[in-house]
Amino acid sequence: MTERIGVYVCHCGSNIAGMVDVAEVAKWAGEKLASRGVVVARDYKFMCSSTGQEIIQKDIKELGLTRVVVAACSPHLHEPTFRTACERAGLNPYLCEMVSIREQVSWVHTDKAAATEKSKAMIAGGVERVIYNEPLEPLRVPINPNTLVVGGGIAGIQAALEIADQGTHVYLVEREPSIGGHMAQFDKTFPTLDCSACILTPKMVQVGNHPNITLLSYSEVTNVDGYVGNFTVTVKKKARYVNTDLCNGCGLCQEKCPKKVIDTVFEAGLGYRKAIYRPFPQAVPKYPVIDRENCTFFQKGTCKACQKFCPTGAIDFNQKDEYITLQVGNCILATGYDVFDARRISQYGYGRLANVFTSLEFERLSNAAGPTGGKIVLRDGVTVPQTVGIIHCVGSRDKHYNNYCSVICCMQSLKFAHLVKERTGATVYNFYMDMRTAYKDYDEFYQRVLEEGTLFVRGRVAEVTDAARLPGEEGKLIIQVEDTFIGKQRRIPVDMVILSVGLEPRRDAKELGKLFGISCAAAGWFIERHPKLDPVATMTEGIFIAGACQGPKDIPASVAQGAAAAARVVGKIQQKEISIEPIRASIDKERCSACRICNNLCPFKAIRFVEATENEPAYSEVNPALCQGCGTCVAACPSGAIHGTAFSTQQIIAQIDGLTSLKPGGDGHGARVEAEPVPA
Amino acid sequence: MTDTFEPLIIGFTCNWCSYRAADSAGLGRMKYPPNIRLIRLMCSGRLDMAFVLRAFANGADGVLISGCHPGDCHYLEQNYKTQSRFLLMRRLLAQMGIEPQRLKLLWASAAEGAIFAEEVTKMTEEIRALGPLNWKQRMMKDEGHSSAVGSQPTAVTGGAQ
Repeated sequence: MTERIGVYVCHCGSNIAGMVDVAEVAKWAGEKLASRGVVVARDYKFMCSSTGQEIIQKDIKELGLTRVVVAACSPHLHEPTFRTACERAGLNPYLCEMVSIREQVSWVHTDKAAATEKSKAMIAGGVERVIYNEPLEPLRVPINPNTLVVGGGIAGIQAALEIADQGTHVYLVEREPSIGGHMAQFDKTFPTLDCSACILTPKMVQVGNHPNITLLSYSEVTNVDGYVGNFTVTVKKKARYVNTDLCNGCGLCQEKCPKKVIDTVFEAGLGYRKAIYRPFPQAVPKYPVIDRENCTFFQKGTCKACQKFCPTGAIDFNQKDEYITLQVGNCILATGYDVFDARRISQYGYGRLANVFTSLEFERLSNAAGPTGGKIVLRDGVTVPQTVGIIHCVGSRDKHYNNYCSVICCMQSLKFAHLVKERTGATVYNFYMDMRTAYKDYDEFYQRVLEEGTLFVRGRVAEVTDAARLPGEEGKLIIQVEDTFIGKQRRIPVDMVILSVGLEPRRDAKELGKLFGISCAAAGWFIERHPKLDPVATMTEGIFIAGACQGPKDIPASVAQGAAAAARVVGKIQQKEISIEPIRASIDKERCSACRICNNLCPFKAIRFVEATENEPAYSEVNPALCQGCGTCVAACPSGAIHGTAFSTQQIIAQIDGLTSLKPGGDGHGARVEAEPVPA
Repeated sequence: MTDTFEPLIIGFTCNWCSYRAADSAGLGRMKYPPNIRLIRLMCSGRLDMAFVLRAFANGADGVLISGCHPGDCHYLEQNYKTQSRFLLMRRLLAQMGIEPQRLKLLWASAAEGAIFAEEVTKMTEEIRALGPLNWKQRMMKDEGHSSAVGSQPTAVTGGAQ
């Protein structure tokens, strides 16, 4: 045995030492694994501390270690730490192997003897494996300085502006005709009651005019190829039927279009738009789009009113969807949320009882630019409500729908209460389960609404009905609720009900995640790299997330995440190149039988078949730039011609041998079973 | 130590979902029996049939293959290939005199520590009920020589796409 191996067993305070006899494990490794090349085995309180790392470095230098095994926490936590420590002492970082005796042993097992024994077996596995580890050099790839931002809501806008201001180019893709997102629909923002449009539109205009931003509105990402630093993204620019080079945004076409359509997107179904439309007057870009489904010309073949009246001749009925290809180095997904469909809770009557509104409808109703000009009225469009009930947690914190808290609803409901009170003087009831007003100035706003005389009933509403039973209930909506403070059922008649609906992941979040190679948690929100320490990165290098696509959040948090994601991207761009893990497959031409089994196994199209020539038989080869290192081809090759670095067949077979060298339930003192030699 | 049979189970996990499920079981201090020992691969698609046979030949009583849920594979679709290999392997194991139930496939996402712990507990009990495998001894008795297994892992690879 030529390798000189050092084994280091971490106590992790009492996290490991409390369940595993670490001193015994180290002693065992030093004695029993000496024949496998272990020349030193030590235990230490915190291997990841600088003192712990220095112990390893000192041993590498003084004892001439050629391999290191660290038995500690999960490699997902500290593999980089120990690899870097080895590198500092002159040992190739890939010659260091970690064994997870915390997550996989001390934290999950309850029998100390068994835990100690399992730790030994796992270290034996690590030692056998590390013998076959190869020194590797990380691959250096240049980073394309361009960035893709998907989603033009406030998070995406913030991210795009931060990156563009710093001097590199951004492609901002938005699927609606205008950027602005949900924030553009709101009237006021809590807790300051800033006018939403007043603070948003300057930013939208900045995006529209920025020399470093290419705005691709009414567009969707259809394909993503490549890897960090070098993504190739295909974007479908849906046909607007308006030539944006000619259009000056005068809006005459909208005025002249004879076809009125209920606007279910921007106006939340409360207002109308035309078949050619711009969602709202401040839209960026200013160009309208023709809604093909509703356009009289596209459906019936005649009309063309917009074309007739357009002063610049910008209407182009022959426009086609266009696919464009972008080269970018990093991507930020800021795709936001969908609102909970209140129809799913039938007992609240939304869609059946006219005067039950959703929070998004109310936003439009109270918006000065909305369908009623900001007048808060019932569905008939004229009657001002005398009594309004606001129901919290609709679709949130409810095991039948979504378990999570949607974060924004308490503050949003308080804002509604304030606006109703201010504009109509109506009596306002809030039906809540718990009042959640964390963050700066939020609770002060709650106090203010309390002082304004809004009434609060603690309890989950059972039903909203129009079936009057008691005097005074005729013609009203009756909210049936258990008031948990007085322990009684109450029936409260109101004129208008507002359902504070929760936030849900975008219906197509899963597909989009798949496109970009990131995953969604059970509820459907994108998963961040670390919930506390890395909230905007994802498990896929070069793909970042910001805003509500990661989980429900309000405007300040979305803006902060947009800026955070931008900072991460700018940091990457400034590195100019990035090192990626050299975990790759390669094919030994001599052993390849050209059977082509591997060719169709690779979803990244990294394997290319080279036809036979006069001098050389046919073979397959791997393009290392496209290979992602999954190893599926390595396992499938019947000739054993494919080598997978860092996870070679030899390494894994050796690890199996180590792991099986100690049987469970033994005396724990490790009569090792020698396996047959590892085949080359 | 008690007299109950303590099976040895080797588990193969992918780097992205199931290894992280084991991590999250640890973080949540969810308990499961210490009979399983894990090997991390980048993808469950890396699983070579030779690994499974080597584990059984070395005295493992059960083998767990674990990866991302269908549709969630970090490498897009490689876990489907794992699944077809798994089905093939179970049939092959039966022909080799190994109860197919000793090979188990588990999809576990990074968030499913509880499922991972629960399934490992269940599998340990199932293997315990099956009793020791002692495959190598069995083979040697049947065929009168010892080189039938474990010596040529690469010769039995591949096939399933």
